[in-house]
Amino acid sequence: MANLVAILATTHHPFYYRTSRLPAEEAPPFAAAWVRKVEAYRETLTRARPDVLVMVGSDHFHQLWLDNMPQFLVGKAPFYDANYYNEEREFGLPKLLLKGHEELSAYILREGIDRDFDLAFSNELRVDHSITCPIFTVRPQNDLPIVPIYTNIFAPPLPRPERFVRLGRTIRELVDAWPSDLRVAVIGTGHLSLELGGPRQFGAHGPDPEFDAKAVEWIANGDLEGCLSEVTLDSLHAPGNATHGFMDFMLMMGLADGRKADYADNLDLFHTMEAYFTWYPNGVGA
Amino acid sequence: MSKYLVNKFLYTIDRDPELVERYREDPEGTVAWWEAEKAGEILNLPSGERTTWLSFTDEERQALRTHDHVALFAMGAHNFLTLTLWIAMFERDFTEPLGMQLDYAAKLSHFALPYPDIST
Repeated sequence: MANLVAILATTHHPFYYRTSRLPAEEAPPFAAAWVRKVEAYRETLTRARPDVLVMVGSDHFHQLWLDNMPQFLVGKAPFYDANYYNEEREFGLPKLLLKGHEELSAYILREGIDRDFDLAFSNELRVDHSITCPIFTVRPQNDLPIVPIYTNIFAPPLPRPERFVRLGRTIRELVDAWPSDLRVAVIGTGHLSLELGGPRQFGAHGPDPEFDAKAVEWIANGDLEGCLSEVTLDSLHAPGNATHGFMDFMLMMGLADGRKADYADNLDLFHTMEAYFTWYPNGVGA
Repeated sequence: MSKYLVNKFLYTIDRDPELVERYREDPEGTVAWWEAEKAGEILNLPSGERTTWLSFTDEERQALRTHDHVALFAMGAHNFLTLTLWIAMFERDFTEPLGMQLDYAAKLSHFALPYPDIST
């Protein structure tokens, strides 16, 4: 069976790529600490020596549109072009080409559908910064094949938080049972409290530091019960109008089976709390 | 209400660099042209297979013609689409980093929770 060597759940911040490349004299004061945190986090993936990456993210109205919107979609293609004109324009993100792992995609689709997730699929998917930000942060050499999994955290009606947790648990079962010798890492990105296009956007901290503190505790402790007792589709409007991206963290907590994280770190940035978690389901040296 | 069509306008303008400039410079003309020529295009279909029933309300048309992001927010246009396009069009007019985004937020400061519903 495949070896699930690491689970990473992190925020995806599109400004990191550009900020981390600025010369010291042009860089903002928080840049050096941010780079140090990310480089330390990268090591948590490197040490697990993965062969293939399953990557959970969310399309930001790039390829997926309101005339045909899937709730959960799995890419099944030999390659994925990545990043869009408006991400280059706004964040300075370069275009990328990622390799795909079609066999694992096909397996997740077949088995996932048979376990009551009517997964949509795409044979020609251009992924966006929800997938490429973690490539830039934790695997900048971009040398591993991926299976992208998109969730709808963006265009209501959305699946409920419990559904995200269940999908995470299902992906875990599938990866654990995949008949393969490969070492698999699953990387998912989302948000803590976040406001975009609303009155609370781009403040000195995330829009709801109290929510962020609680969220970091839930994730670090694997406290799914506590998290699910407070988080609903309705409740997520209060911390910020883009906070439904937190449900991707909940998916990852389901994938980690409610276990305490082996690595937890965070960084308070000017308009969001950055957060970095890693689990080693089969032990650090597995 | 045709929130979907407002979102479609924001989406299709934002993804085309020429249309971003055209909408910045000539909002009235761009909105009129788009509603007449583009509103009925289904994005994954040949141009002959058009939707026949989509149009803006007067209020929506006016908000788009006047670059009124506050009115768009009030009517439930998708917050991410509006912000992204506004950054593309207007960030260049501000000198401070995030100046445009903070000005955008300040103009929405009279909104309290719950915000207008963005469901389509």
